[in-house]
Amino acid sequence: MIEFKNVTKVYESGNKKVTAVNDINFQVEQGEICVFLGPSGCGKTTLLRMVNRLIPITSGGIEVEGKDIHSMDMIKLRRSIGYVIQHNGLFPNMTIEENINVVPKMLGWDQSKMKKRFVDLMDMMGLDAGQFQKRYPYELSGGQQQRIGIARALAADPPVMLMDEPFGALDPVIRDHLQNEFLKIQREMKKTILFVSHDIDEAIKLGDKIAIFDTGKLMQIGTPDEILSTPKNDFVRDFVGDDRTLKRLTLLNVRDLMVLIDGFKKNRLNHDWHGPVISINENLKSALAVLLTAPNGEACVVDDHHRKIGVLHVSDFSLLTEVHPKDISIVR
Amino acid sequence: MTGKKTEQIVKISLYLIVLAILSWAYFTGAFQFIIDNPGDLLYLTGQHLKLVAISAALAIVTAVPLGILITRPKFKKYDWIVMNFANIGQTVPSLAILALVMSYFGLGWQTAIFALWFNSLLPILRNTVAGIENVNPLIIDAGKGMGMTSKQIFFKLEVPNAMYAIMAGIRTSVVINVGTAALAFLIGGGGLGDLIFTGISLYDTGIMLSGAVPVIMLAILLDFLLGRFEKVIIPRGLQRTLEAA
Repeated sequence: MIEFKNVTKVYESGNKKVTAVNDINFQVEQGEICVFLGPSGCGKTTLLRMVNRLIPITSGGIEVEGKDIHSMDMIKLRRSIGYVIQHNGLFPNMTIEENINVVPKMLGWDQSKMKKRFVDLMDMMGLDAGQFQKRYPYELSGGQQQRIGIARALAADPPVMLMDEPFGALDPVIRDHLQNEFLKIQREMKKTILFVSHDIDEAIKLGDKIAIFDTGKLMQIGTPDEILSTPKNDFVRDFVGDDRTLKRLTLLNVRDLMVLIDGFKKNRLNHDWHGPVISINENLKSALAVLLTAPNGEACVVDDHHRKIGVLHVSDFSLLTEVHPKDISIVR
Repeated sequence: MTGKKTEQIVKISLYLIVLAILSWAYFTGAFQFIIDNPGDLLYLTGQHLKLVAISAALAIVTAVPLGILITRPKFKKYDWIVMNFANIGQTVPSLAILALVMSYFGLGWQTAIFALWFNSLLPILRNTVAGIENVNPLIIDAGKGMGMTSKQIFFKLEVPNAMYAIMAGIRTSVVINVGTAALAFLIGGGGLGDLIFTGISLYDTGIMLSGAVPVIMLAILLDFLLGRFEKVIIPRGLQRTLEAA
């Protein structure tokens, strides 16, 4: 768990004072991803970097795992927190294995333990340990480098991770792919993660909670659904965009909509279907896109084994009014 | 690709120039002189190497630590003083330095070494500072964030990643030094300058070249050897820029 208590950062230059982070209070629960979202200069990165004391705090306090970060030795604190930055920050003079072993080595792990951890991490990242072990960062693609960056932060199995726009420099396809892999890994690891982003879609996709900042102040914190359905003020409303209702659709998938339709399976089965098909796991935004271009606004839903389950109509989306993801999970 | 092509053209033209000088040396009888006086030549080359080796070594052990020192946060504010001093120092011609130093140290090889040392400082100093300052700040940030101590950041990140630039400075400095060391003769410092200046005063191109050609060869040889040495001490992950060289 990470707790921010009246955290404030004031930069002084000459006689001018700039408040970069203004009296921030909130907490992030164990195992949650909290995305810090906001325009550049909103203080999100400053707040993140205060957690591992890369930036000294002006007033207030931060507790990580119940301990005040200022009561801990700075070097020990940093070694106990995973840190991933944009452009990965891999050390070009070290091999991939050396890069990943930086923190374990500083913590004094023995060779066999480091070796095993390296192989496990590479497995987790879907990279071949033998193939990459002796290679250098420049020999890897951007996506591979970023994976190594994440693996390196995970090396000593820290309970808390700080990630500063880790996917920001990647092209959209690779980014999407890495986000999915990252979520898959996080489901197993259950780390407490602070994740800086300026991309609302990324925040919706990855965040258990989203904290929106503007000019150093916390505008709103809540689940993606809360942020999208009930923006607290004009800034949040503007920031999430006019299409926030459409964005909310990404929080639900076809399976969720099916739950809301009475007798979906019985009444709507059609084995002779030749029109467009939608996977049951597709999010509702993509599903809507398919339905809007489909003849008669209809598409057939198929399950994981490509079996046809039933037909979905674009008008079914009217069932979603005032429905929140948490309601659906209750119905299910 | 075009970069590689230009490099090839430059390399080939350099080889051609060296070849031209060699054939010039051959036709003016420089090689004959060398064959006739192998003992002299060996002795003078030895002297020359000694001048270069001692002055370059001294320059490395002063300029590298000094360069590192002025990139430390504590001394950062003084870096302009050191850099300006070194820059101005470099504008003084080698010959003038010899003349100036001579009046304090007198004649002899110590004076020559002092002047050569002074002349070798700037390229090493400048490259050391540039090398360390140009280490990607992101990797320093990553290192700090991961809990490296400042000592670890220095030895494991800053020095290895600045090594390429530092070595380039040393190489430049040594090659210049080999040429400048020929002037040592003028203050009784010995070296291959002996033959060069004797040749000049006797209007004997052959004798002049019998000193100049070994100087060129020494410069090329030392540059080559330092190039090999770079491959050993520069981390392999940073060597893709070296592959062409």
